[in-house]
Amino acid sequence: MLQPSPLIISRVLKPLVFFSSLLPFLLLLSAALNDNLGADPIKTLTLETGDLGLYFLLFTLALTPLRNLLGLTWLIRFRRMLGLFAFFYACLHMLIYFVLDQGLILEAMIEDIVERPYITVGFSAFVILLLLAMTSFKAAQRKLGKNWKKLHKSVFVAMALVILHYIWLVKADLLLPLTYLSVYLLLLLGRLPSLSKT
Amino acid sequence: MIIKTKKAIPSSDITDQAVWEQRRTFIKSAALLGSGIASWHISLNSYAEDITGKALPDVQKTTIGNKLTPTAFKHVTSYNNFYEFGVNKGDPIENSKDFQTRPWTIKVSGECEAPGEIGIEDILAGFTQEERIYRFRCVEAWAMVVPWNGFSLGDLLKRFKPTSKAKYVAFQTLNDPEQMPGQKRNILDWPYREGLTIEEAMHPLTMLSTGLYGVELPNQNGAPVRLVVPWKYGFKSIKSIVGIHFTDTMPYTTWSDMAADEYGFYANVNPDVSHPRWSQKYHRQLGAGVFARKQPTELFNGYADEVASLYSGLDLKKNY
Repeated sequence: MLQPSPLIISRVLKPLVFFSSLLPFLLLLSAALNDNLGADPIKTLTLETGDLGLYFLLFTLALTPLRNLLGLTWLIRFRRMLGLFAFFYACLHMLIYFVLDQGLILEAMIEDIVERPYITVGFSAFVILLLLAMTSFKAAQRKLGKNWKKLHKSVFVAMALVILHYIWLVKADLLLPLTYLSVYLLLLLGRLPSLSKT
Repeated sequence: MIIKTKKAIPSSDITDQAVWEQRRTFIKSAALLGSGIASWHISLNSYAEDITGKALPDVQKTTIGNKLTPTAFKHVTSYNNFYEFGVNKGDPIENSKDFQTRPWTIKVSGECEAPGEIGIEDILAGFTQEERIYRFRCVEAWAMVVPWNGFSLGDLLKRFKPTSKAKYVAFQTLNDPEQMPGQKRNILDWPYREGLTIEEAMHPLTMLSTGLYGVELPNQNGAPVRLVVPWKYGFKSIKSIVGIHFTDTMPYTTWSDMAADEYGFYANVNPDVSHPRWSQKYHRQLGAGVFARKQPTELFNGYADEVASLYSGLDLKKNY
């Protein structure tokens, strides 16, 4: 099947994916600078970056089943970049929440993390993503050896927590979070053979 | 002393005019594309710059809230919780454009001597429409200031002569899935219902609103007639009312039935009673921008002097 050359991947496809992944950030930034984020800009930014983080996690998890399904082994070369973009949007989400929403009031943040379950699980997911991002480089991969793969399997836990975070925060309409949950379960099913191997 | 002089720029470094123009065009189109996608994605391009709508005749100004700064019309009318027209804040303005508010009647029934109906024309012509500027606090910890038009609900209720058995007043929104697309899915137990004690309903601050900013209520704000109870969380202020019912028992209310631990019958604004998902100590003022700090929330949304006596002897932590 389709097999771009390594040069095409590193010189064309990777920059293309990189800039497309960065584009939503640039659009949000431009909307923020032009005061075009509506009546409650902080809420808009929080929701948009949260959605983006979730999408990129789903994209990252979709690569392995897609590879197995279509036999496109080179897809895996985009996994780290997409995973890091998921982390990038999760970071923005957290920064907007802590700095702009909570105004860096430590007590308010701690109260939220301890007392509001949807924030507890969201924050836990962020901690996992932080660990994964910190160990995403080749040197860490070499140093951790076999444990690296085990550690990075926890991305599935992070994804589950993110979806739970979403389910718990909506007031009435569960359509969207349950749609994401279904996609997640499908992606899990899609990689059952590879999971049982390890 | 060394005085630096500017070196002449070599001609090879000067960007060719054609290339420069190409770059400008590229940057411009990229920006256009960017802002196009942004406005599509965030869908905030439906903003009205000025106040739009049909002017209400003979609105009488009052001094109520004249020290407050109203939130911009565009924000008041584009950021709405009105699940009948969709669950996102920008949905109601989009999905309520064709909503028909004529003819419109409110049916008044229950424990009263003169049950009956009242049409929107009589509501508009039969009562002095005042302007009152109220604080509005949503349970989701955001707030705005709205110059409402309308009159005290009690003035209308008295016409139907509630009896001594009328301890509560129940309200109901229109149920019409053809016109209200949000009702096609069972997100809430339609029709939306709310309720007040008779004392709350008769309190002069409690308003039946027919407009805002001097124009008839925009559809997304609850046209043609809605409740406004400024010391309670916004969900109590039921929109597009078609039914009022006097009763001797505490009526069914939609949100408290759906999640009793999150939404109480009283739903008085209270910074000391925390919602499971939002601290109620602070709120954010709409339209204040990205860097605005949150504001401290006051008991009864700042109307304690007027309404605290309604709740003397009531444990506000239990009866939230």
